[in-house]
Amino acid sequence: MDILRFITAGSVDDGKSTLIGRLLYDTKSILADQLEAVEKASKTRGDGEIDLALLTDGLRSEREQGITIDVAYKYFQTPNRKFISIDAPGHIQYTRNMVTGASNADLAIILIDARQGVVEQTRRHSLIASMLGIPHIVVAVNKMDLVGYSEDTFLQIAQEYQKLADKLAIKDLKIIPVSALAGDNIVDKSDAMPWYTGETMLHFLENVDVQHDLNLNDARFSVQYVIRPQTEELHDYRGYAGRVQSGVFRKGDTITVFPSEQTSTIAKIEVYGQEVEEVSAPQSATILLETDVDISRGDLISGTGNAPVLSQDVEAMICWMDDRKELKVGNKYTLQHGTTRVRCSVKGIEYRVDISNYDQLEDIESLKLNDVAKIVLRTAKPIAYDAYQTNRANGAAILIDETSNVTVGACMVEA
Amino acid sequence: MSNIQSLSSDAQRQDYLDQLESEAIYIMREVAGQFERPALLFSGGKDSITLVRLAQKAFAPGKIPFPLVHIDTGHNFPEAIQYRDWMANEVGAKLIVRQVEDTIKAKGLKEPTGKNASRNWLQTFTLLDTIEEFEFDACIGGARRDEEKARAKERIFSFRDEFGQWDPKRQRPELWNLFNGKISKGENVRCFPISNWTELDVWAYIEREKIPLPSIYFSHQREMILRDGNLLANADFIYKDDSDVIVTKTVRFRTVGDMTCTAAVESEASTIEQVVAEIKATRISERGETRIDDQQTEAAMEDRKKGGYF
Repeated sequence: MDILRFITAGSVDDGKSTLIGRLLYDTKSILADQLEAVEKASKTRGDGEIDLALLTDGLRSEREQGITIDVAYKYFQTPNRKFISIDAPGHIQYTRNMVTGASNADLAIILIDARQGVVEQTRRHSLIASMLGIPHIVVAVNKMDLVGYSEDTFLQIAQEYQKLADKLAIKDLKIIPVSALAGDNIVDKSDAMPWYTGETMLHFLENVDVQHDLNLNDARFSVQYVIRPQTEELHDYRGYAGRVQSGVFRKGDTITVFPSEQTSTIAKIEVYGQEVEEVSAPQSATILLETDVDISRGDLISGTGNAPVLSQDVEAMICWMDDRKELKVGNKYTLQHGTTRVRCSVKGIEYRVDISNYDQLEDIESLKLNDVAKIVLRTAKPIAYDAYQTNRANGAAILIDETSNVTVGACMVEA
Repeated sequence: MSNIQSLSSDAQRQDYLDQLESEAIYIMREVAGQFERPALLFSGGKDSITLVRLAQKAFAPGKIPFPLVHIDTGHNFPEAIQYRDWMANEVGAKLIVRQVEDTIKAKGLKEPTGKNASRNWLQTFTLLDTIEEFEFDACIGGARRDEEKARAKERIFSFRDEFGQWDPKRQRPELWNLFNGKISKGENVRCFPISNWTELDVWAYIEREKIPLPSIYFSHQREMILRDGNLLANADFIYKDDSDVIVTKTVRFRTVGDMTCTAAVESEASTIEQVVAEIKATRISERGETRIDDQQTEAAMEDRKKGGYF
């Protein structure tokens, strides 16, 4: 059994929470008392029907307003897979929360209301999903029950979406007609849509291959912590604890440490105190080297494969997340990349992306909440990075406001 | 993991428990790397027991580089307290215990009285005082997102202001595995390495790792108070009235909290395998079955968290 993390995105009232509720309900992942609580809450709201969205809307203000504000995580499993579902808000002002959820997802489900077709939020969420490098996208054309389960409507929307997808770098796309409310094509095949011969949602989620999405070519390991027990029997022990971001490390490999560019050889690899011959992404491990090298938290150990870029100049796509302050050229921030933090300043904004048609708008002075743009940064010290589109783990970075300490930007580095 | 000997990357494909473990250990190391004075909140319950094992693994062969902290309401199960002391000694970690009783006296707090009175909420005061006393900048906790709907929304690194408060509407975006633990003096972060684990994952892990547990997790005979369909362990400090019935039952506890608000389940399960089998078959959630404090309102946990609770 492995784990699949997926995000559900779409416009307000497209039925995201209902879809998750349906998956939980039909895979029997809702327990009796939880269902009873939802039944009770649905009754006090007075519409009689069980509102499956109440299973994921956890905050008081969400239940009061009937909308999802923040990302909710839900867990269920089938015999083959453990699923972590990430329910992202649909409202435009909460787009940054979608970015948050998407950053860790293997797959995105984008919901489209069959009555509305492709809307602005569909474009925005698809752009974010593709920019964040989510390898698999499933478009759920929802509320098919409200368009009489019409094949024509579905085909029209599918065609329209395909046009949009062609502009984005979507690797694996699947389009499924569903009704989350009625349960059509979610877990069970729909009798109401005999014209659809493809997979159901759950079948696809259970079988999509995510193992091959990992970059196993370029070996990268960010040092989180240096283990030095300094006891009598472990007097000289010096282990570099971290997680393999990408690639594979083997005992005997020649490695280079960044940013110092010193080289050494792997003497030993340990996984929680046990010696192993090799480790691969995304495993946590401890690496011991043959020679004395000056390494501390924030350093990157690079092994076989291509070397990372070592530079103070960074070009990146950014999603701006601060609702209080704008990003302006000349502003300074803390950049967190891997386990390192370094000061940086914004050298320029190359363009902002118009999310309705993906056009690149130039002569941009500043970025507001939820803007997507390409920016140029200069860091105080060189950092060792890879292009995000080929190496998600070592191409991701965040910007932190230096006075409030809040995370204000999500960066996807280009190389 | 059928062929551990093979060294090809395919054979190293991680099973879901390996993935969860690896992620939790990554988080533990981030806490140790990013903060000056972290602490691990340890109650002797299964979730914090799992945290201790993960911390041991994260820093092996070194020792756990932070203290274990217990906020003791004085209403804990004696078995859990005994286990707590044994475990701290076993892993060679420093154990800090602070008593809610002392906070009540020092601050003249009004203790809830009467039926279903619990010191559970008062723990917040002692916790915040302890954080101040030792200047802890990070507290590692065993909360899981599957437990409760407010927790389902909480970040892994959950920022708390100088009053220890959680503001669900102003959570920091948490992107990739880049945890932002930057804070100003007086603020702190609660860190939850097993956020993505379910109750069953915790049990499966304890079974796989053969971690010893306090005896109350297994079937035993005990004098119980039968109240509103819940079974509470009998103790002197629990207020009882005429409608309460004292019965002797064969029970086990699914969670270990305060005796005043933790209900038992009737069970014959006396081994970890039997407990796991029972939990797989149950149709009632952990908190729904065992936490009387959460049965009170729809937003009970959210309100406690906003006030600085774990």
